[in-house]
Amino acid sequence: MPKDGGIGASTKRREDVRFLTGKGRYTDDINLQNQTYAWFVRSDIAHGTIQNIDTSDAESMDGVVKIFTSKDFEAAGGIPCGWQVTDRFGQPMQEPKHPILAEGKVRHVGDPIAVVVAETLEQARDAAEAIDIDIDELEPVLDMKAAIQDGATKVHDDLTSNLCYDWGFVEENREAVDEAIKNAHHVTTLELVNNRLCANPMEPRVAVADYSQANDEYTLYTTSQNPHVIRLLMGAFVLSIPEHKLRVVAPDVGGGFGSKIYHYAEEAFVTHASKIVGRPVKWTSTRSEAFISDAHGRDHVTKIELAMDENHKFTAVRTDTYANMGAYLSTFAPSIPTWLHGTLMAGNYTTPLVYVNVKAVFTNTVPVDAYRGAGRPEATFQLERVVDKAAREIGMDPAELRRLNFIKPDQFPYDTPVAVTYDTGNYHATLDKGLEMVDYANFDARVAESKARGKLRGLGLAHFIEACGIAPSNLVGQLGARAGLYESATVRVNATGSISVMTGSHSHGQGHETSFAQVVAEMIGIDASQVDIVHGDTSKTPMGMGTYGSRSIAVGGSAMVRATEKIINKAKKIAAHLMEASEGDIELKDGQFTVAGTDKSVAWGDVTLAAYVPHNYPLEEIEPGLEETAFYDPSNFTYPSGAYICEVEVDPDTGKVDVLGFIAADDFGNVINPMIVEGQVHGGVAQGIGQAMLENTVFDENGQLLSGSFMDYAMPRASDMPMFDVDHSCQTPCTHNPLGVKGCGEAGAIGSPPAVVNAVIDALQRGGYDVDHIDMPVSPSRVWEAMNK
Amino acid sequence: MHNFEFVKPSTVEEAVAALQSDEAQPMSGGQTLLPTMKQRLAAPEKLVSLTGIASMQGVSAVGGVLTIGGATTHATVATEAAAHYPGLAGLAAHIGDPAVRNRGTIGGSLANNDPAACYPSAALGSGATIVTNAREIAADDYFQGMFTTALEEGEIVTGVRFPIPQASNYQKFEQPASRFALTGVFVAKYADGVRVAVTGASEEGVFRWTEAEAALSANFSPDAIEGLSVSADGMIGDLHGTPAYRAHLIKVLTKRAVAAAS
Repeated sequence: MPKDGGIGASTKRREDVRFLTGKGRYTDDINLQNQTYAWFVRSDIAHGTIQNIDTSDAESMDGVVKIFTSKDFEAAGGIPCGWQVTDRFGQPMQEPKHPILAEGKVRHVGDPIAVVVAETLEQARDAAEAIDIDIDELEPVLDMKAAIQDGATKVHDDLTSNLCYDWGFVEENREAVDEAIKNAHHVTTLELVNNRLCANPMEPRVAVADYSQANDEYTLYTTSQNPHVIRLLMGAFVLSIPEHKLRVVAPDVGGGFGSKIYHYAEEAFVTHASKIVGRPVKWTSTRSEAFISDAHGRDHVTKIELAMDENHKFTAVRTDTYANMGAYLSTFAPSIPTWLHGTLMAGNYTTPLVYVNVKAVFTNTVPVDAYRGAGRPEATFQLERVVDKAAREIGMDPAELRRLNFIKPDQFPYDTPVAVTYDTGNYHATLDKGLEMVDYANFDARVAESKARGKLRGLGLAHFIEACGIAPSNLVGQLGARAGLYESATVRVNATGSISVMTGSHSHGQGHETSFAQVVAEMIGIDASQVDIVHGDTSKTPMGMGTYGSRSIAVGGSAMVRATEKIINKAKKIAAHLMEASEGDIELKDGQFTVAGTDKSVAWGDVTLAAYVPHNYPLEEIEPGLEETAFYDPSNFTYPSGAYICEVEVDPDTGKVDVLGFIAADDFGNVINPMIVEGQVHGGVAQGIGQAMLENTVFDENGQLLSGSFMDYAMPRASDMPMFDVDHSCQTPCTHNPLGVKGCGEAGAIGSPPAVVNAVIDALQRGGYDVDHIDMPVSPSRVWEAMNK
Repeated sequence: MHNFEFVKPSTVEEAVAALQSDEAQPMSGGQTLLPTMKQRLAAPEKLVSLTGIASMQGVSAVGGVLTIGGATTHATVATEAAAHYPGLAGLAAHIGDPAVRNRGTIGGSLANNDPAACYPSAALGSGATIVTNAREIAADDYFQGMFTTALEEGEIVTGVRFPIPQASNYQKFEQPASRFALTGVFVAKYADGVRVAVTGASEEGVFRWTEAEAALSANFSPDAIEGLSVSADGMIGDLHGTPAYRAHLIKVLTKRAVAAAS
């Protein structure tokens, strides 16, 4: 019997009432009195030297308040990078300045050069067209391998080269891995590209800033996944505004997928400009602008080698990856191809030796940073593709080869050779579940049925692991993070028993307002309608690190549990006093405090009222009031895993791939709201199928973005998707957080791309085509070309 | 978008007069023009709407000819042409999405002559007559390359006359992002022969595949073109398909259109 409330109930999302009735309040809905509008003049050249910026005609145009260039930001810092990677020689990465507006050079199409602030948006745009910018074009740096050759044109003249870092992991294993591969019974090699993506959340980025001269205070409303992080980075490093004078609000946010984690130049611009012009300044990105100013994702070029012995046991994995950083280092960019990627290269397997080399390269392209999954999809894709290729090479069932090499259920906690320890998992269980769901036994009959219609049917399997619940602060500090990755919560119980929870997590589609409330309601035994979740405002919530890396329930939820435990402990003291009993005998169940072994009870609301009307109250022992804060720092990552199975049909005449079915058998540990979890998997798989089949970000030889609109950037649509069949019944709860949860936000996007590509390769090979790899997106044209090469 | 003057005349004569001024631009459904204006890539001073002209609306079938007013929406053609010319109605039913079909018009599509639009293949594949405020133009003379037609400045497509074929079909292979035709083939079988028109594929815009027409006129069956192939020379190559792929698709889609023709 499913629960109708609390942990485990598929409670409908309360926030959807406002989202689905058009009552959400997004940043662009915020219009302040006397507001001005900013329009960014962006480079249409990938690489060049700015000779002159002539704003004289524009300045006299109707409605122009002020035109800004880099000269107006000489006192400001650059946009900071939040992670310093150390290379394999022990040296820090190369870290160029990232100015708010271009200083001397433009380094990618979309690099902002000047900004018009005007009375209306149209006036700002009119004036922007009258700004005359003279740029001497330089050779664009685009190909990563060529970019790090001696004598290559440099993106940043003050760096020694275009190489950000050359990272090796685990460096001490380098020679042992080389040796193992040299001596292996069989080595499978695969070269591949992990295609660059644009996140394209439904809501483009927006920033509205309001400086109050009277109070010398700034308020920034922005489309952010982590308002406190923006306050810290922008306040401390860019504009020198102390935290108590800077409020950052991220109200309803229409999707982020990572692209709204980072501190962007536009946020710093409007904040600074508001003080200069003495009025609120608003900037709303157009969709075209988003393509060239939001951080992109992925963009790896990789060679992976998998060695195995005569018993088909994996003996070593070696990978070489070129990771595109774009023109500047976005906030968390350096960590993505390193610590969020290399640490996953053991996968679900007992491979004893792993060596990962990553060369991060600057190019004249839009900066690249985390996108749903962030490093872990890149790791999973190459590993699950090469395992699949290996199985085909040795003539073994891909499921069987995986099973043979899986970490066994009794081996947990399992120390991988890539520094992380998996606390729990049961990969055999999820694989078996997935194969049962897909009716593996009858697949051959389905192949025959497709063949009768002239189609090629294929089945692709991937089994993923991810490191989520980001992250233990002391560990990431050692790895170069310039921030802690704890989370916070304040639980404020009101006098009549209702509760406001101020969380440092931020919901931009995840449904926290519903699922977080379920947890607190369950712990106390009251109805979830008595609990409200407050987020997204630095003036309301304790210092929090925000939402990304599937961390909200695992880290933010844990902070909330800890704060609620403090509440319950204090409430029990009050209850003990009210019932004249010993605190140790007090039990809380269904919102009633009882004394064990007696029929005495007081209700939750009686205790909360006593806390605020302390007439009969142990004032000499405890303070009145009922409000507690907790900061939770996880002791390990969480390790969700699962079997993803995709069934496709290829039209051999056109190369078109139809996804017929998609199965996800996940282990997320305990689940708070199954409906929300399934929705997260649906969304993630849709994005993974998008990457695998449709989406691609392509620059031409001049660094112009060819896929700069939805006319050429193929977003997945409902008609591209099959009905998803998802399961999360295989649960090995996380052992180190109080809810036993692992997180589910990124799994779909991590596990699905290799499943899709493996399925296409399977279909082609079953159809007699000698094709062992096609780079994503496996578009009809690419499939047909591969079949007819 | 820059500011502009907007007029909505009720007769062709008024529209033609309104278009005499400099920087005036006719607009039918606006499904291409408006996005272009929003991007500030076009900035006409005056927009002359053609959708209020009653004589440019509607679908009628008389004496084996289907006549469609220039400002008739795709959605209307999809519905009202279905009984008379199902191949054409089917094409109209799959242009863009419902919002596009409820605004976009046949005259606007033919005047724009996007190389990946659907309608040009139907007009050329049917040997249609493009009727303007000034004259009648045979489809074979009308299409003159990408975004280029025989229309003079200020000339309006007021209607299109389609000879109704014995059988026809349109096969569109969608470009994954825009859902325009990566390649589209319109096949129409008439008593005096078969016409095959291809959109989306050529750098010269819509064109007739004359070898296939000859083969299919002799034998209207997919097998009839088995031995033919289209050269990749002059085909479009872009993110979504190489010239060779498009050339290949032409043959695949032609066979499918013949097999599906009704």
